[in-house]
Amino acid sequence: MMKLNLSLFFIAVLLLSACKKEPVKKEMEVFIPSNFPAPVYDLGINPFTAKKFELGRKLFYDRILSQNNTISCGSCHQQFAAFVHAGHIVSHGIHDRLGKRNAPPVMNMLWSKDFFWDGGVHNLDLVPPNPIHNPVEMDEDLGNVLEKLRNSSVYPALFKDAYNTDEINSTRFLQAMSQFMVSLVSANSRYDKFVRREGGTLTTTELSGKSLFEQKCASCHASDLFTDRGFHNNGSQNIITDSGRYAITLNPEDIGKFKTPTLRNIEKTAPYMHGGKFQTLEEVLNHYANGISNSATLDAQLKQNGSVGIALSDDEKAKIISFLKTLTDDDFLHNRNFSEQ
Amino acid sequence: MNNFKTIYAIAFLVATTMFLSSCHKDKAQPDLGSGPVTLHFDSQAGSGEFAFGTNYVTANGDTVNFSKFNFFVSNVVFVKTDGSTYTPPKDSTYRLVVESLEESHDLTINNVPSGDYTGVKFVIGVDSLKSVSDISQRTGDLDPAGAASDMYWTWNSGYIFYKVEGTSPQAPYDPMMMGKMFFYHIGGFGGYTTADVNNLRNVSLTYAGEAAHAGKGKAPEIHIYADALQLWKSPTVFSIVAHPGIMVDPFSSTVADNYKGMFTIGHIHND
Repeated sequence: MMKLNLSLFFIAVLLLSACKKEPVKKEMEVFIPSNFPAPVYDLGINPFTAKKFELGRKLFYDRILSQNNTISCGSCHQQFAAFVHAGHIVSHGIHDRLGKRNAPPVMNMLWSKDFFWDGGVHNLDLVPPNPIHNPVEMDEDLGNVLEKLRNSSVYPALFKDAYNTDEINSTRFLQAMSQFMVSLVSANSRYDKFVRREGGTLTTTELSGKSLFEQKCASCHASDLFTDRGFHNNGSQNIITDSGRYAITLNPEDIGKFKTPTLRNIEKTAPYMHGGKFQTLEEVLNHYANGISNSATLDAQLKQNGSVGIALSDDEKAKIISFLKTLTDDDFLHNRNFSEQ
Repeated sequence: MNNFKTIYAIAFLVATTMFLSSCHKDKAQPDLGSGPVTLHFDSQAGSGEFAFGTNYVTANGDTVNFSKFNFFVSNVVFVKTDGSTYTPPKDSTYRLVVESLEESHDLTINNVPSGDYTGVKFVIGVDSLKSVSDISQRTGDLDPAGAASDMYWTWNSGYIFYKVEGTSPQAPYDPMMMGKMFFYHIGGFGGYTTADVNNLRNVSLTYAGEAAHAGKGKAPEIHIYADALQLWKSPTVFSIVAHPGIMVDPFSSTVADNYKGMFTIGHIHND
């Protein structure tokens, strides 16, 4: 209520002084961790402001984006699960229709080059139209979403706050959503505080796990993003059922390839893989050790020296898992600023 | 601050002027030696007029009845009789031609330098640079929430360059649509990070008759015929049974190679 009063006051001031620009305040900023590579999304085109972030956050949690106003982005991207759908092999969208792939995390998207498991979308601004249009997710038309926002009692004022105009168009809508999504940066885990020398420590077991991880996993789960941002067939699923990247590129070499997911907050994002096949990290490592199904496009890293899989003893698996758990970022998972308000 | 005041003032003036004179045609040209040229897209079926709900026979002998016929045009270049060219600002050349929307059949390009033009070149589709641009560059015919909403793939970000739909007794029964449907949705700008299918096609047309005379006080119209039946005709004759529906598919390039040939300059009007 207080907020509403304040914004009404703000609009009144704006109306009275439409030709004046409000004084520039020190705005909140996107967290750019020093151990990350250079960002990909261009904040020069869509400069970050608190008002656009707040608008984006409201949109992210608003069911108005779906055809019958029942599903929001937040329905299948839950903060406590690093913005995946906790416990769901695949998500249920509108009318409880089931998707075909596990909901990927909305996290560190400022550094993403391609989006979704198959990389079919190449710009963050163009991400929301995909779930909005998908008949098993929100089953809505983008133009209709804009129309609903224009006719709502709250959004024109919020767009005016963010953009100095209450005219709602696709650019303003999508850029606000991008602002919220780029702000979802997870880089304050114990591991980060260790590598940035901010007082984080790792146990002996975790350190052995880290070194095993670097030898056996980091070729794909590379850099402090814990993904090479590439596409690989890891032999976890029948490639006939879901051809993955091939559906986008039509290149036969891409059959069965999916984007390498980040491992940040992996402790919280079960089930795992594009098909949601594994419930625990133990199952995941058992898969890499001796559960991989071979095929023509299976990643070369997974069939070295004539044998399929990564050699891992039970002790090594346990150590790697203890290291992976140091990537849990409680600051991120519980940041009130990222929650539905 | 002052800049902002100025911008507001100008915007206000422009808006008011546009409002007050919205019924007037723009008379003043910034360059005295130039004028508008309109490309008018006129759908055909073979050598006759095109209409929805009419049966036509393809080169393969299949019967087809259209319900949708849309395509994107961009990157227009005008060619003079002496072979020299004029390339308008790219952003003025994007046009989504929708058969069912009369007003979309015209693409008027202003400030074409005075001269005699007998040729025109364009791209069928939305060029790769525009296809990877940020959302703020996608306005008007390119707005995925507006004009382009039926011509945009959200799951495989990119515009659909060419879209025809209809029914054919030779097509398999589609229980969802409750009919024997054919559909060809062709896109693919070549990929952003990898080399994907590229179905952008260049068209180059010349006219043997009297040239379009562009210049001050003139407004020639170049009528471009688009033959819908060319889709199944050449260089590759194909049947509805073999390919009743094509979207993201290796055969999409064959379809693009066929429809590429559908355009001819039918005639030119000079005022």
